[in-house]
This record gives sequence, structure tokens and C-alpha cells, in this order.
Amino acid sequence: MKDISEIRNDFPILGRTVYDKPLIYFDNGATTQKPVCVIDAVREVYTSYNGNIHRGVHAMSDLTSEAFENAREKARRFINAEEKEEVIFTSGTTGSINAVAFSFGEKYIHPGDEVVISALEHHANIVPWQMMCSRKKAVLKVIPVNDHGELILEEYRNLLSGRTKIVAVTQVSNALGTIVPLQKIIEEAHSLDIPVLVDGAQGIQHGEVDVTALDCDFYVFSGHKIYGPTGIGVLYGKKKWLSTLPPWQGGGDMVEKVTFEETTYNVLPFKFEAGTMNYAGAIGMGAALDYVSSLGRNDIAQREKMLLDYATQRLTAIRGLKIYGTSQHKIPTISFLLDGIHQYDTGMVLDKLGIAVRTGTHCAQPVMGRFGIDGTVRVSMCFYNTTEEIDALGMGIEKIIRMFS
Amino acid sequence: MTVDQVQESIIEEFSVSDDWMDKYDVLIEMGKDLPAIDPRHKVKDHLIEGCQSKVWLYPDYDGSVIKFTADSDAIITKGIVALLIRVLSGRTPEEIINADLFFIDRIGLRQNLSPTSSNGLLAMVRQMKLYAMAFKARSGQL
Repeated sequence: MKDISEIRNDFPILGRTVYDKPLIYFDNGATTQKPVCVIDAVREVYTSYNGNIHRGVHAMSDLTSEAFENAREKARRFINAEEKEEVIFTSGTTGSINAVAFSFGEKYIHPGDEVVISALEHHANIVPWQMMCSRKKAVLKVIPVNDHGELILEEYRNLLSGRTKIVAVTQVSNALGTIVPLQKIIEEAHSLDIPVLVDGAQGIQHGEVDVTALDCDFYVFSGHKIYGPTGIGVLYGKKKWLSTLPPWQGGGDMVEKVTFEETTYNVLPFKFEAGTMNYAGAIGMGAALDYVSSLGRNDIAQREKMLLDYATQRLTAIRGLKIYGTSQHKIPTISFLLDGIHQYDTGMVLDKLGIAVRTGTHCAQPVMGRFGIDGTVRVSMCFYNTTEEIDALGMGIEKIIRMFS
Repeated sequence: MTVDQVQESIIEEFSVSDDWMDKYDVLIEMGKDLPAIDPRHKVKDHLIEGCQSKVWLYPDYDGSVIKFTADSDAIITKGIVALLIRVLSGRTPEEIINADLFFIDRIGLRQNLSPTSSNGLLAMVRQMKLYAMAFKARSGQL
């Protein structure tokens, strides 16, 4: 892996200051910063070859279409999907899940059917299923979590039945950092012929993802959480599902033939890509995936494990600090509370020390409720963070405890 | 003192340091010194929506002026609401409605005024003005 100072130089924003202090960015779970190669790739679209994709007869349209389809191939390779047409571009994780919940619901869900999600889910993997269930008179079932913030697999097995039509689980808890044992979840569901959707929003950027080996039916993620632009994401679906699901949006590019009597749809993946896609975003995301691959995904995971261990040790040493989410299997995210100090106070003061964290419920109110709290301070790290930054965080927290005591 | 005079004296108190930590120290002290709200008024009806921390605000109108009491589970938020109370409590509805709260900008809290800000400073100001308008409308009808 490249030297850390070299890596940090790839991210222009990491050199800036905030309130006259060096920026310490620990909100990577919300969005990641962008390396120069991504910024340049987006810039190049608009400065060198911009044209609308799959439409024009002219050179600009051809060049952009080619770059867009290259980005699709990059995404396919990155998650090891078998075929390119199994990779659909969307606006992001939320867009992807809403799309599957809608189309899958239309085709396969009947009154009394059940959908299984987990108590670790982000609202984006709860609300679309709730909406579908209420439309289709289906029932939402939830896998509970233990005190460490891990899914209780025995309970999961008991939830599955002949009525279960789909399981939708996160790969990693955004609020606690827990890595979910996907292999077991998927095997269990498949033994009853139940398809599984995996929310990879917090997982894809932290290690290898192989959808073919995992055998998941759907896998979704966002570009902006893996060092790419905002407003772009991926929905991977096995061909056997995507070819039978109805489209969730109608419009240009997704059609084969349109008359006022009838419309026939285009082939995969275009059937699911109505209207002008965010091609600049897709091309930027392609550059981000290349960048992550060039650093080495195992090397990233290794460095992040080191940061997690270092930070866990540093923060655990602080009296009155309680960590929520104590699984042995975590991404470098630490959710915590200080005894007697509101998470919002902690976050406000850390901000003025130049340290960006997230406070609140992290769009995962049910899991906060599970622990009987109304929020935490979340430190979400990634490979470009350093042990020096963790030291500064530790000192900042100690200062806050003194201020509020 | 008028609304503007109180604002000027707050600005002066905050001008002693440019360091945010010092400003927060002042806010924390003000939060701690804020007189307690009557527990009977610390109910859902008096909770201000739109804050990441909980803020309860209770208006007591005696026919001429409104006295506000408040509480929050976050100390900095409590300090901010204490500042608003210092400026606006004990004023007539008319004074509250017409108050131009320039001190917020001058002491550097303006960034907390954005509509999506999680501390809900804007929501607090809006709520205080709404109460003032409601009391003014009601007394106008009598």
C-alpha cells in the first residue's frame, strides 16, 4: 500500500483547515472525500467529451456512451457479478432499495406474505419495505440484535417460513459498525428458496465484495460512500430476477417500441434505466472503484482494522465513555456516549476543534431504541485517517468532559 | 433595558475571545444558570420540533408581557435558549414580534441558524414569535 502521506495527498480536502484547525474528518459513514482522480474524471466528462448516452449519432454521444458502459464494466468487476447487464445504475442505495421493493412487491408479494429485515437497518432499508408491505398487505418481520449489536441468528431462523418472500439485510450496521454474517443469512434463506437483498452501503468500501461467491440475489451500494460522486449508485441483481421484474420507472431509453396502445421494454440493463442517467457520476464512480482497487482492498481492510483497534483502545481508556456496538467484527466505526453529556454537545465542541463526527440517530432509530438511547456520537473512519487524528479525538473528548463537568 | 440594549451587552460579553471554546464555556455557564422550568410544563406540548436535542419552551402571558421558561437535555442548546430568554422574556408580544435578533449573527451563532441546523435555534426563535403572535391575536379579540 502507498505511504499514508501519499494517500492523503490524493484527497485535496484533507489538507484544509476548519476554524483555523486542521480538518479531521471522521464522518466517512455519511459520505467519503474524493481523490483527485475522481474529481478529474468528472471534470473530463464536461471538458472533453460530454454528450447524452445511447442516443446521438455523433462522436460526443459515442464517447460518453463508451465511458459510461466502461464504468458499468468496472462496477461489475468490482463486485464480481457474472454479467454486465446485471449491473443497473441508480441514484444510490436508497434509490436501489426503493426500486427493488416496488418491483418485487408488484410481481411477487400477496396479502399475508412476509418480508424479513433486521433491527440494524438504516431507514433506507426499512421504509421502502414498510411502504410496499402496507400497499400489498404483507407483514414486516425483524431479526433482533443482542447487546453487542449483533444479529441473533437463531431468531432469524425462526422468522423464516413458507410465507417469507424476501430477506433484506445490511452488510454492515451504519450506526454501530457491526459486520453482518451474510454467508449464513443467505444460505439459510436459500435453503427455503427465499431471495436475499444485501444493503452494501456501509460494506463495499471496507473490503472485498464478491456477489457471485456470496450468492446474494440483489446487492446495492452508493458511489459517494466509496470515494465517488453523489447521486450515483448500483443495483446488482441476478439476471433471473431482473429479467422477470417489471420496470419501476418509465421513460426514454428503457423502451424498445412505444405506441399509444402498447410499449415493449428494452433489454437489460436498459429496461431499468429510464431517462438520462447520471453518466458523469457513473464515470466518476468508475474512477473511484479503480482508485480503491489500486490501493488494494485487503490492504485497506488491514489498515482500517489497525485504526479501529487503536481508536477502540484509546476511547475505552476514557472514563465515562461507553461504546455502543462491541462486536468482534466491525468496520472502523465507533458509536459512543459520554456519561451525563448529550451527544449533541459533544459533537458541537468536537466540530470547533476541527473534528467532524455525526451525532443523533444516524437514520437508524430502531437500533438506537434497542439500546434505550436517543442517539450517539459516531466516529466513522477510513483508510486515510491516522492514529494522530485519533489521538486528537481522544484529547478533544477529555477536554469536553472537563468543560461539562 | 430595551431588546437592543440587552443584545448589545451580550455581544460585549462574547467579544472577549474569538476562541470557540471560550464562547462555549460562556454558553455552558448560561445553560447551567437558566432557571428551571416547572416540571408540569416539561411535556410534549411544549417540546419544540426540529431539534436534535430536546427543547421545552413555556410561555406565561400575564396580559401585558410574556415570561418564557425553558429547558433542554443538551447544555449548549440550553445556553442558547437562555440567551433568547434573556433578550425576549418579560417583553410585550409586540416587542417580541418586532425584535430583530442581530446578536445571533454578531456572536457567531449564525451558522446555527440554517433551516436544517440540528440545534433548532431557528425553530426556537420561530416558536417564541409564534407564541407572541398568538397572545397578541387573542388579546386583540377581547
